Amino acid sequence: MTFVFAFLGDFGDAIQFIFQSRESVSGGVQVGGLGEIAELTARHLLVSAVAMAAACITCIPLGLWLGHIGRGEFLAISVSNVGRAVPALVLLFFFLAYLGIGFTNVAVVLLLLAIPPILTNTYVGVRQVNPEIIDAARGVGMSEAQIVRRVRLPLALPTIFAGIRVSAVSVVATATIAPFANVQTLGTPIVEPQTYGFSGGLGAAIVVAVLTLAVDAGIGLIQRAVTPKGIKLAEEAPGTRRRLMLPTRRREPAT
Amino acid sequence: MLDLIAQLQTRERTGAGCVAENGFCPSWIADNWDRYVDPFFQHVILTLAPLAAGFAISFAVALIAHRRRWLITPYTSLTGALYTIPSIAFLYLLQPLTGRGFLTAFVALTCYTLLIIFRNVITGLESVPAEAKDAARGMGLTERQILWRVELPLALPEILAGVRIAATTTVGLAAFAFIAGAGGLGSELNEQRFFKSNIVVAGGLCVLLAALCDVLVLIAQRLATPWRRATA
Repeated sequence: MTFVFAFLGDFGDAIQFIFQSRESVSGGVQVGGLGEIAELTARHLLVSAVAMAAACITCIPLGLWLGHIGRGEFLAISVSNVGRAVPALVLLFFFLAYLGIGFTNVAVVLLLLAIPPILTNTYVGVRQVNPEIIDAARGVGMSEAQIVRRVRLPLALPTIFAGIRVSAVSVVATATIAPFANVQTLGTPIVEPQTYGFSGGLGAAIVVAVLTLAVDAGIGLIQRAVTPKGIKLAEEAPGTRRRLMLPTRRREPAT
Repeated sequence: MLDLIAQLQTRERTGAGCVAENGFCPSWIADNWDRYVDPFFQHVILTLAPLAAGFAISFAVALIAHRRRWLITPYTSLTGALYTIPSIAFLYLLQPLTGRGFLTAFVALTCYTLLIIFRNVITGLESVPAEAKDAARGMGLTERQILWRVELPLALPEILAGVRIAATTTVGLAAFAFIAGAGGLGSELNEQRFFKSNIVVAGGLCVLLAALCDVLVLIAQRLATPWRRATA
């Protein structure tokens, strides 16, 4: 086992850091090992989940409503453009300097990052629903609330989940900088090389990368599961060219 | 602990009351303006170099993939996976291979542009009307001429839209370059991260640079597609 670690060089050392604790660079404390990594991962996921939940609860109803009444296109679309111009790091540091450190502030920063893709995708997904289907729903006597809940929402779900996926990936990625605000996540070994050493940072980087890829793949599976059968059939029907489905962190509506 | 030291340092540097109280200090900004010049230009290089390299790679691959469609899936899955890896982690993962410094940041930031630009070049080329290509073929243009004189000009708005997204994204990600010891405005942000004036100036320059890139590409887009203005 030790031979394998030695063969992998820096990476082996980093993987060893994930599984076995060791004395910190400055001495005195034990760092690394599965216990600490699990604890950091748990807090990493907790702060991400809080932000994502808040973003979903606020943005999906708002996007559904705006999309249904066909208003606020400027808001729903431009929020993405503004979001891209303000880097996550700048946003976090701005919050730290003006509002202070702590779990809540990190969660709010992550929430702000999560909003644009979810809001824009919900809006675009709802707008994309064929107007004839809405007319048909109205024709069979559905109320407006029923149309939103039982026609627009299911048909927009794949697009909404694409937005959630983009948001979740960027939130989990950005939770890595939470240690700057004294919230100990998987970013801690990365931003504190004086304690954890280079291999600690590298080990945490490996875990963060794997975690993000897992979140991306997991939500991708949910996205497939919630896609209504009709849409799946239409996409897979012979003769229709399959649309290029690409993972995007910040999906742009066609301009 | 670190922030305490940072605050002490700022206090020593100017001694002004505003700085000691950690307020927003226009006079401090005026006095210390010059220390942001170098990081700003570092940041510009950290944006432009990966953007140019990323454009060269993804544009070339997209042109090949336009004829050989099977290339699209492997390329997009590979760059998609790279795109998903958080920038901080990526900047660390590269260090055993490329060391600390500009090269690591350059490679990582280039990887992030690969998917965005490729996707837009491909969709741009796909959106060219078949009639336009047929007309060109009817006029006796070769496949190569069709590509360069018909397809690419018509795909240009979409391609530049991709460059625009890639540019603003790269400005934001370049703020993390300090993790790999490559400087930029991120290292200024990080150095005194609880000092309001510093955050406002360094962060503001970052946002300004992103907005500037956005507007410049938009202007280029307008200039390069005069026929769009005629119809609009």
